[in-house]
Amino acid sequence: MATDTLAPPMALPGVRIKSELMQQRARAARWFLLPMLIALAVVAGWPLLRSIYFSFTDASLNNLYGAEWVGFNNYLRWTTLDSGKTVYRGLLVDPKWWGAVGNTLRFAAYSVTFEAIFGMIVALVLNAEFKGRGIVRAAILIPWAIPTIVSAKMWSWMLNDQFGILNDLGMKLGLLSQKVAWTANADTAMTAVLIVDIWKTTPFMALLILAGLQMIPKDIYEAAEIDGVHPVKQFFRITLPLVRPALMVAIIFRLLDALRIFDLIYVLTPNSDSTKTMSVLARENLFDFDKFAYGSAMSTMLFLIIAVLTILYIWLGKVRFDGGDR
Amino acid sequence: MANIQLRNVRKAFGAVEVIKGIDLNIRSGEFMVFVGPSGCGKSTLLRLVAGLEDITSGELAFDGKVVNGLAPSKRGIAMVFQSYALYPHMTVFDNMAFGLTLEKGTDKDEIRKRVENAAELLQITPYLARLPKQLSGGQRQRVAIGRAIVRDPKVFLFDEPLSNLDAALRVATRIEIAKLHESMHNVTMIYVTHDQVEAMTLADRICVLRDGLVEQVGTPMELYETPDSLFVAGFIGSPKMNFIAGDKAKPFGAHTVGVRGEHLVIKPSDGTWSGTVIHTENLGADSYVYLEMGTEEPVVVRLDGVNNYKSGDVVHISPMDDKIHRFDAAGKPIR
Repeated sequence: MATDTLAPPMALPGVRIKSELMQQRARAARWFLLPMLIALAVVAGWPLLRSIYFSFTDASLNNLYGAEWVGFNNYLRWTTLDSGKTVYRGLLVDPKWWGAVGNTLRFAAYSVTFEAIFGMIVALVLNAEFKGRGIVRAAILIPWAIPTIVSAKMWSWMLNDQFGILNDLGMKLGLLSQKVAWTANADTAMTAVLIVDIWKTTPFMALLILAGLQMIPKDIYEAAEIDGVHPVKQFFRITLPLVRPALMVAIIFRLLDALRIFDLIYVLTPNSDSTKTMSVLARENLFDFDKFAYGSAMSTMLFLIIAVLTILYIWLGKVRFDGGDR
Repeated sequence: MANIQLRNVRKAFGAVEVIKGIDLNIRSGEFMVFVGPSGCGKSTLLRLVAGLEDITSGELAFDGKVVNGLAPSKRGIAMVFQSYALYPHMTVFDNMAFGLTLEKGTDKDEIRKRVENAAELLQITPYLARLPKQLSGGQRQRVAIGRAIVRDPKVFLFDEPLSNLDAALRVATRIEIAKLHESMHNVTMIYVTHDQVEAMTLADRICVLRDGLVEQVGTPMELYETPDSLFVAGFIGSPKMNFIAGDKAKPFGAHTVGVRGEHLVIKPSDGTWSGTVIHTENLGADSYVYLEMGTEEPVVVRLDGVNNYKSGDVVHISPMDDKIHRFDAAGKPIR
């Protein structure tokens, strides 16, 4: 088998071929990127920098431009009382803030976990061949297509303690002994929010995973069948590793979304301390309480927390955005 | 050791019947090749034997035991796919060992030994730690064959294993498969191809399929020398057998006369037929002369060595004695 040759080697790192064609391509790429970079700078970069700047000032809504630099005071400041006791104030010692951070992280962890699991199940079902698959695929997207405000309001009626259909069904089926104020009760508010979010976002997850599943060649499963691989093992040893790149990207999209959740909670459980997230609290301080600088500090922290979590996830999960390792 | 019997096997996909009742006996240790044009059902037939498709009606028996409902993994088969079907996320070693690691009671050293032996046999030992994407097509195909070997199967199934390889590699791998068959003389092999050269060179017996039915089963030489139909006569052999029909065939008492290119002799004059040269191909060892003589397709004459005929030359040809195949109007042989 001397005629056999190796697959073409990967481009060696460090070796750069700078032909004219490559240079021309790089130049063209820069021009194509330019509009997007400008748009990003205007709609994301500038507001972000402004928020960070305001977080170091004493800005308020009616005095945005006369704000004065106060350094890290919004984050942490302390005064020593006459009694010798030191009192700390600021965002980093604000129990409300850390409560919101806890709520956000809990919400993100639960929602993304359940959405990934349910999304995977739905994707596996949709990947199977059956009659009317096209219609089911379209139908399953409906929750995702409904605007969040609408679905939040819809669910808040269904969850209503007096007239909600869920309480009514629960009572009639004997699952509930008394009607529950799902969204108002501190113990169930987070559950209610999670239910709605999982209902709403599972289709998105399913769709991204389905795209990954469809990349897996069918004949591998036939080879596995001849190898005698049990279907459960097929899933864990073949499907999951091969769909992992798509799954990881889907999870990161959802994680970013979940960490800055605002609209659903703002509509479904306003003013509930057990569901108040970082975004909700930041908005409250920025506009309702007229603590613009303090709210900006929260926004900045929110940005930092999301950035750190995302970088950790990409680094530890070895996520690749180029469509995986095949 | 496995004797495979197909009894009136049929397969339908919805309303479309693809396999239309096949009776076939594949002997233990035999190299059987299913050959036919695309769409004849040869791959489907193989997948029925493998158990990857359900048999619609009829019986499939291994050593007399009906296996219609038996899972593929319990039939003692191994299969090599056209597209290799390697697990892309596993190394070559894991690809070959995966099936074995799932069987209870096979210890690791035993698995390692079996994989290493197969790798040695196929000369892929240096690549055991690589992923499939780091291998060439030929190497991947050998890994796929290796994965089948380590299963120690009773029946070895090949689904067009060479069609994704380039011409030189195809010949080399064909020889390897032939050697493999010699070294595994206990193993029944079924091989699907649309390439009659592969069929002729590898098979103990060939089963020619056409439109979901068996056209003829026999050794390569039986098919070459005594084709049972016009279809088999035209399908087996390269270049294709010449068919001469109509008035030119009447003196032979047949509707169609078939003569292979290598059985035609060019005469200086007074040949049985005559025609005009329209094209010549010199291959070095032999050469083909294409003649226009009013037949549906030009008649090909195969000559040893190089020839000097030019387009427009008129030549006379005669078939060699008793190398004529006569067919009636239905395409059946007259013997």
